[in-house]
Amino acid sequence: MDIPYTIESRPDTGLYNAKLGIWLFLASEVMLFGGLFSAYVLLRVGAAPGMWPHGWLNVTLGTINTLLLALSAITTLLAWAACKVRDFTKFKIFHGCTILLALSFLTIKSFEYHDKLIHYEIKLNNGTFADGHLVEKSPDFDLAKKTGTVTLHGRIATDEKDLMDLRSPEAKSAKLDEVTVAATDIKSMGNYGPRHNTFTAIYFTLTGLHALHIFGGTVVIFYFWGPGSRMWKTDPERFTNRIEVSGLFWHFVDLVWIFLFPVLYLT
Amino acid sequence: MSSTVQQFPPFREPQPAHDDHGHAEHHEPGFWSKYIFSTDHKVIGIQYGFTSLCFLLFGFFLMLLMRWQIAHPGVPVPLLGPLLEKVLGQPAAGGIISPELYNSFGAMHGTIMVFLGVVPLAFAAFGNYVVPLMIGAPDMCFPRVNMASFHAYFLGGAVMVVSFFIPGGAAQAGWTSYSPLATTIPTDGQAFWLIGMVLLITSSLLGAVNFIATIIQLRAPGMTWMRLPWFVWAQFVTAFILLLAFPPLEAAGVLQLMDNLAGTSFFLPTGLAVGGQLVDRSGGGSPLLWQHLFWFLGHPEVYVLILPAMGIVIEVIANNTRKPIWGYKSLVYSVLAVGFLSFIVWAHHMYLTGMGQKIATFFQATTMIISIPSVIILTCMFLSLWGGSIRINTPMLFALGFLPMFGIGGLTGLPLGLAACDLLLHDTYYIIAHFHYVVAPGTIFALFAGVYFWFPKITGRKMNEFWGRVHFWCSLAFMNIVFMPMFLQGIKGMLRRMSNGGELYSVAKVPGAIDALPGNIIQLNGVILWAAVCLGIAQIPFIINLFWSISHGEKVGDNPWRATTLDWQTPTPPPHGNFTEEQVIEHGPYEYSVPGATEDFTPQGGPAKHPTAHSHTSADH
Repeated sequence: MDIPYTIESRPDTGLYNAKLGIWLFLASEVMLFGGLFSAYVLLRVGAAPGMWPHGWLNVTLGTINTLLLALSAITTLLAWAACKVRDFTKFKIFHGCTILLALSFLTIKSFEYHDKLIHYEIKLNNGTFADGHLVEKSPDFDLAKKTGTVTLHGRIATDEKDLMDLRSPEAKSAKLDEVTVAATDIKSMGNYGPRHNTFTAIYFTLTGLHALHIFGGTVVIFYFWGPGSRMWKTDPERFTNRIEVSGLFWHFVDLVWIFLFPVLYLT
Repeated sequence: MSSTVQQFPPFREPQPAHDDHGHAEHHEPGFWSKYIFSTDHKVIGIQYGFTSLCFLLFGFFLMLLMRWQIAHPGVPVPLLGPLLEKVLGQPAAGGIISPELYNSFGAMHGTIMVFLGVVPLAFAAFGNYVVPLMIGAPDMCFPRVNMASFHAYFLGGAVMVVSFFIPGGAAQAGWTSYSPLATTIPTDGQAFWLIGMVLLITSSLLGAVNFIATIIQLRAPGMTWMRLPWFVWAQFVTAFILLLAFPPLEAAGVLQLMDNLAGTSFFLPTGLAVGGQLVDRSGGGSPLLWQHLFWFLGHPEVYVLILPAMGIVIEVIANNTRKPIWGYKSLVYSVLAVGFLSFIVWAHHMYLTGMGQKIATFFQATTMIISIPSVIILTCMFLSLWGGSIRINTPMLFALGFLPMFGIGGLTGLPLGLAACDLLLHDTYYIIAHFHYVVAPGTIFALFAGVYFWFPKITGRKMNEFWGRVHFWCSLAFMNIVFMPMFLQGIKGMLRRMSNGGELYSVAKVPGAIDALPGNIIQLNGVILWAAVCLGIAQIPFIINLFWSISHGEKVGDNPWRATTLDWQTPTPPPHGNFTEEQVIEHGPYEYSVPGATEDFTPQGGPAKHPTAHSHTSADH
């Protein structure tokens, strides 16, 4: 039994099965990210005045990541074009670049996550806030037993609102220094992980889900680049279709980032 | 009206093909590849059908236990009590269903019936088995994706079932899982629920992509859009609803999973206190956001439940009235309209949330508008009966039963769609009665019709007609005795989700007080309980009939119902690849009793006219 139109297009629709399938899948992905973006909008609109963060993310790294993905979109397209003109060597080169670009993206992303996870906000008993990146915890530091000290590279803020807008002139002119706090002075302490506030929550969720898509796409492209490319010898037409379909997914993932970058980094 | 009625000669079935000497070129696959890892759409359809019927029975038993607790609060469950205590431990101590256990039974009854029972049966089981046959396709577009879809479904079901046995038991926040309740209950049931849901959503996504692609790409030559049987149209629209409405719930599920596991506050407002203690969360989230995302799926889901069922009813009615379905084009455009409108009515579940008068007005208007195409569909079904020479058999009885039952369910929905009356009826048993009329005697009756109707295609034998009728009449009677009193209870103000079934109201012995429920309303709980037990007993003939008929039913040929659609033009059971010869379609789906034709049905298509194509035995080249 053969299923029709796995390779050649059906005349009246102009599509082969997998191409239609991936477009339908992408439609549902649009709804998935659409749901998450609507959640972002509602959370941001509903935030208390002055409590939605600005400038918390590193725009330089974000820009580099944007360029990496844009470049990978180009190499993906060229890899498919190389298949179309039956140039297997060029395909290998271009999709090799795609994989490297994707891995660079994930590396930079994990640096950004790490930067957030070592960033602490400490509520002090006197009502002020110590905020900054963790330098060290003394060996006997234990928050529950109230022993030891913790050292941050950052500053002391009198109001939590001062920590929200890092693009304000005051925040830019603030001096960052090493701040050491004794456990006995600490009311509560937490890093800028997902539970810190709704911004970090949606940031980690959206970019995390996007990173999972990048990872999945990379695995698929790596398979077609490596072991899966044996199909080139037996059925180049079908292989080219596979590159096209996986490429469509990759372009979608890039497109999601094009929305994520301004929404999270630039506003 | 003056045209003479043509008399058709008695139908003689063509001799069944002698294919028992087997297809030599197919070697028989082993047990694992045949039944577990099969990529054949028919096997996957049967897998879905069997699993979902089991889940329907499981969900029914949960309901029986709840009904006992409602009718006899705090009394140990007879027969099953000791077993419950043994299996579930503390929450069922002494065989009594504790309020926590009642809550998780309630949540899981809804989840299992909707996501593991009715949708997989209506969409995945019937869709998988019948749609490729009806459009003349050899299989689904992506057979391996199809297999993955079933495995994801099975895994999701397993996660849901396992969650009963974890410490603290299954999810307790209702099938709607409203936040912050769903996050503040200190057990892991909700996390299991969410992971199970993500798997089920994945399953339905894979299924939906496959269905749409199959219907668009694999229609046989000549099978134009307006020649598609309406069942296929219904499945097509259902697939689109699943494709586009489920992902927002997946998004919501991911967010709630973050709330439950990573300590975020997507759906937790600032200043949330539980048990008098401020919750250690950042706050700033929105409980309303969950409801919007949930009902963005939740309402289209209603049409996922009903459209495939309507598709089955149309097929059965056309076949048994022996005349074309009335208003085929109206049906097609109506189902498209329903599919589109189902995306913009969701907030009529949220009139009481304080989301705002203007929004409520908008959704009230769209809700009234969506009833128009739904009524057109039902009207076409009724009008199709007019002037037909109706054959009464079990599938037709269930299809006819569907019409008034769904009518009651639909019409009682109108007061709920209007914000003013909904304020009164919200969260009462009226709601329970309304949507159960749509889904239980509505959808499930249609699904029974489908089982009885396509059983001969799957097995080559008919189910027993007498026991089928017993099953129908008993089910019809007891369904109504179960659900009709709930309308009354709801109008009198009995709230849903109470583990003691309104006992608190009945003990309020204030003479003439408005908030006390009359004693006879409370007593109806006893009536409902025993009707539900009888409803369960009424399913026994069906279960026995189903299994007994596989080997002992009356043997029939390829087309026992004398139907026009392509699913009946294949050998029985259809072989791998479905059609022994390429099909060419030359007729519409419901050409029954065409004047001048030799039989009272004209098959949609037949083998392409090859020089050697007329003999059945030359099927395998």
